[in-house]
Amino acid sequence: MKENTRVVEARKVDLVFQTSDGPVHALSEIDLEINKGDFISLIGPSGCGKTTLLRLIADLEKPTGGDIQVNEMTPEEARLQGAYGYVFQAPALYPWRTVEGNLKLPLEIMGIDKTEQARRSKEVLEMVDLSGFEKKFPWQLSGGMQQRVSIARALTFNPDLLLMDEPFGALDEIVRDQLNEHFHRLWEETQKTVVFVTHSIPEAAYLSTKIVVMSPRPGKIIDIIESTLPEKRTLDMRDTPEFLALSHRIREGLRAGHSYD
Amino acid sequence: MNWLRTSSFFSIAAVLAFTTVIWYGAAVYLNSDVLIDKYDRKKIEWNFSKLVEDSWAMKRPVMPAPHQIMLDMKKSIFGYKISSKRSLVYHGWVTISSTLVGFAMGAVLGILLAVGIVHVSTLNKSVLPWIIASQTIPILAIAPMVIVVLGAIGVTGLLPKAIISAYLCFFPIAIGMVKGLRSPDPMHLDLMKTYNASKSQTFYKLRWPTSTPFLFASFKVSIAISLVGAIVGELPAGARAGLGARLLTGSYYGQTVQIWSALFVASIIAGSFVYLMTVMENRVQKRMGVQA
Repeated sequence: MKENTRVVEARKVDLVFQTSDGPVHALSEIDLEINKGDFISLIGPSGCGKTTLLRLIADLEKPTGGDIQVNEMTPEEARLQGAYGYVFQAPALYPWRTVEGNLKLPLEIMGIDKTEQARRSKEVLEMVDLSGFEKKFPWQLSGGMQQRVSIARALTFNPDLLLMDEPFGALDEIVRDQLNEHFHRLWEETQKTVVFVTHSIPEAAYLSTKIVVMSPRPGKIIDIIESTLPEKRTLDMRDTPEFLALSHRIREGLRAGHSYD
Repeated sequence: MNWLRTSSFFSIAAVLAFTTVIWYGAAVYLNSDVLIDKYDRKKIEWNFSKLVEDSWAMKRPVMPAPHQIMLDMKKSIFGYKISSKRSLVYHGWVTISSTLVGFAMGAVLGILLAVGIVHVSTLNKSVLPWIIASQTIPILAIAPMVIVVLGAIGVTGLLPKAIISAYLCFFPIAIGMVKGLRSPDPMHLDLMKTYNASKSQTFYKLRWPTSTPFLFASFKVSIAISLVGAIVGELPAGARAGLGARLLTGSYYGQTVQIWSALFVASIIAGSFVYLMTVMENRVQKRMGVQA
């Protein structure tokens, strides 16, 4: 059902950071294709470069080798066009702005007029079920609510691509389950392309259409798993044999990539 | 009575009472030499209670007693028309006006320098060392020269004093704001980059609001320093008006009580300025949604 429009294409991408301790090989020979409507999870242990790969797509880092394209442009051109919305590990809301003020921030910067700003912030707040919280300051919300505002903020200017860096990593398991379910529904409704960094196997298995397993030192891709789960997903599905088989394969990949040294 | 328990009333009152007791004791001790000398010369019979009584009531004491200072302040604040040269209100106002003008100039200069230093790397390397060097020059040495040089080109009155005050007070503001404007969370800065925000958008929407706690902290230090600058600026050039002039004439004529009451007024002014800054800070923080 999904036409194969290429959203992200990485060819032999390398990234070496120069640190005072000498060079650190963060990413090595990354080949990755992401198509429109995909939900891609990048999973791997700490230090495997999954966040760095996301930052490369976002043009927050530059590769030292290879080629990376976003919407058939350089990542920089794509960034300048507002091609993606980025969700950080922490909600990263501006504490001096209300929920509404935070949602309007990207729109103000992009020069969108006031009535449209109000309309869009109202719309995205409904999408994350937080209508009525417009005038609250971030500290008045729970961690899970703050992260929902942060997702809403990435949706205000309606980018086709969402880049998410462990958005639910700091939340407790119960809230995390709720948000996974909620976010899965949101993804189905909006048909966005999502690149999602996580180190939770159930989260990756539950949300993704494709799971990219990575290993550290240097960061590289060791397995790309197409999800065998049906499109429509519920949390209960996590007890089915298919789900367990998928989780098992991810775990095997992670174990293979882990040199116990 | 609940405010009594929650406010800092008791701790302040305790410190005040303690200081007063020490002060009265010190006044007796420090004035005793002069008094005993006088008793001996004039062959006056004296005992300890007479010594205490006299040492708290001298015309030109080495150390005046607190009530003498209070009485002098009362007389020189309420006892004269405010346009009189004897009125502390008149002298206080002269100093306050150059303090405020100097503070305003220093604040603008300090903030502009900080903005430049944060945004232009050559300024960071070239200007910052000069700013620090500027503060190693003793203000007492440079103040008369500023007054003389500006006087030679016809600038007199309030402005030279305000310039000396600004010279002192821009420094904490510049240093504080460099720190403040660099204090945004890297994640918040990355967020701005993903929106392709311009430098000025990043400044107004992120760096400036993030730096407000630093701004008020440096304002509080600077407003007190700019009062010192204004007083120092009043010392040369004949010292005709202002708290600095009161200090100087007081020391010429050995009027220690007058010196102390000018000092008291100066610290009351400084305290009020810092208090006003705190009130403003609280207002701004409330508007910025800081948790009460």
